[in-house]
Amino acid sequence: MDNERKPTEPDGIVLTEAQKKSRRERSLAIAWALGILVVLFFAVTMVKGPAVLIRPM
Amino acid sequence: MILSVLDHHTIDLSAPRISEAGVADYIALLKPRVMSLVVFTAMVGYFLAPGDHHPVLAITSILCIAVGGGASGALNMWYEADIDALMSRTANRPIPRGRITRPEALTFGLVLAFFSVMTLGILVNWLAGALLAFTIFFYVVIYTIALKRWTAQNIVIGGAAGALPPVVAWAAASGTLSMEPVLLFLIIFFWTPPHFWALALFRNDDYTRAGVPMLPVVAGPDATRLQILLYTVVLVATAVAPWPLGYFSAVYGTASLILGAGMMYLAVEVYRLREGTPANRATRKLFAFSIVYLFALFAILLLEVVVKAILPMVW
Repeated sequence: MDNERKPTEPDGIVLTEAQKKSRRERSLAIAWALGILVVLFFAVTMVKGPAVLIRPM
Repeated sequence: MILSVLDHHTIDLSAPRISEAGVADYIALLKPRVMSLVVFTAMVGYFLAPGDHHPVLAITSILCIAVGGGASGALNMWYEADIDALMSRTANRPIPRGRITRPEALTFGLVLAFFSVMTLGILVNWLAGALLAFTIFFYVVIYTIALKRWTAQNIVIGGAAGALPPVVAWAAASGTLSMEPVLLFLIIFFWTPPHFWALALFRNDDYTRAGVPMLPVVAGPDATRLQILLYTVVLVATAVAPWPLGYFSAVYGTASLILGAGMMYLAVEVYRLREGTPANRATRKLFAFSIVYLFALFAILLLEVVVKAILPMVW
C-alpha cells in the first residue's frame, strides 16, 4: 500500500546537484535584480523629491 | 464514454524538464556584445543632450536602455532559434544548445521588456519610455518577425532599431527631441548596411544554409559589393554633415573626415577585390573597421562633452 512507503524514500522529483546549483544561481540573480530595482526607485525618489510624482510626456 | 475520452486525450506523464541553465546562459540571451554598443551609443546620446545629468538619473536611464536592448536580444533568440541552430555563428546560443527553452526565453524577454519600459517611464519620463517600447517592438516585430526572413532589405529597415538607443537616451536626459539625436540616428542607420553586408559576405554559407535572404544570398556578392560602396558614401557624408551644419565641432568634423576616408578606402577594396583570399580579407577588414569607425565617432562626441565639462573647473 502507498501508506506503507519507507520514511527515507524521497517523494516526487529529486533534483540533481547540477539542477540544485543552477536553481540557486537563478534565485540569487532574481534577488539581486529585485534589490537593484528597489534601490533604483528609492534613489530616484531621493533625487527628485516630490517631483518624482510629476512625469512629463 | 469517459474511458473513450481519456483514450483520445492521452496525458503526457513523462518527468518535467528541469532547467540547468545558469546566470551565464541568461546573460548570453541578452546579446552582451550588441548590448555594449547600445550602452555606449546611448551614453553619448544622454550626455550630448541638454539637461542636469544627475548621476542617479543617468545610471537609471542607461540601465533601462541596456535592459531593453537585452530584452530585444532575448526575444530575437526566442523567435530565431530554428535558424540559429543552422548557422555556425549562432549555433552555440543558449536555445540551440538546449540550455534554455523557447518559452523560457520568451518569458525572460517579455519580463525584461516590461520592467525596462515601465521603469524608464515612471522614473525618468514617458517620452523615453515610449521610445524604448517602440525600439523593442521595432526590433522584435518589424525586423525579426516581419522582415528578416522575407526581404533582402531586412537590415536596411531593421537598422532603425539599432539606431534608436541614442535617441531614447537623449529623450531621457532632456525630455524632448531635436536635430542632434536625429543625426546620431542617421549615422547608425546608414552604418548598419555596410557593416552587416560585409559580415554576410564572409558568412554567406551560413545565411544560405539557414535560408535567410541576406543581400549576398539573394542578389549575389557583386551586387552586395556595389551596395556596400554606395551606402558607405552615404554614411561618410551623413557622418561629416553635422560639422558644416554647425551641430558638432570641427574636432569631430576632422575626425569624421579621416575615419570616413578609411571606411571609403576599405569599401572600395571590397568592391575591387572579388575573388579568393584577398576578397575575403577585404570584407573582414571592412567589417572590423566599421566597428572601430562607429565607436571612434561616438567616442569623440563623448570626449568633447567631458572636456567641456571639465575645462571650466580647471580654468
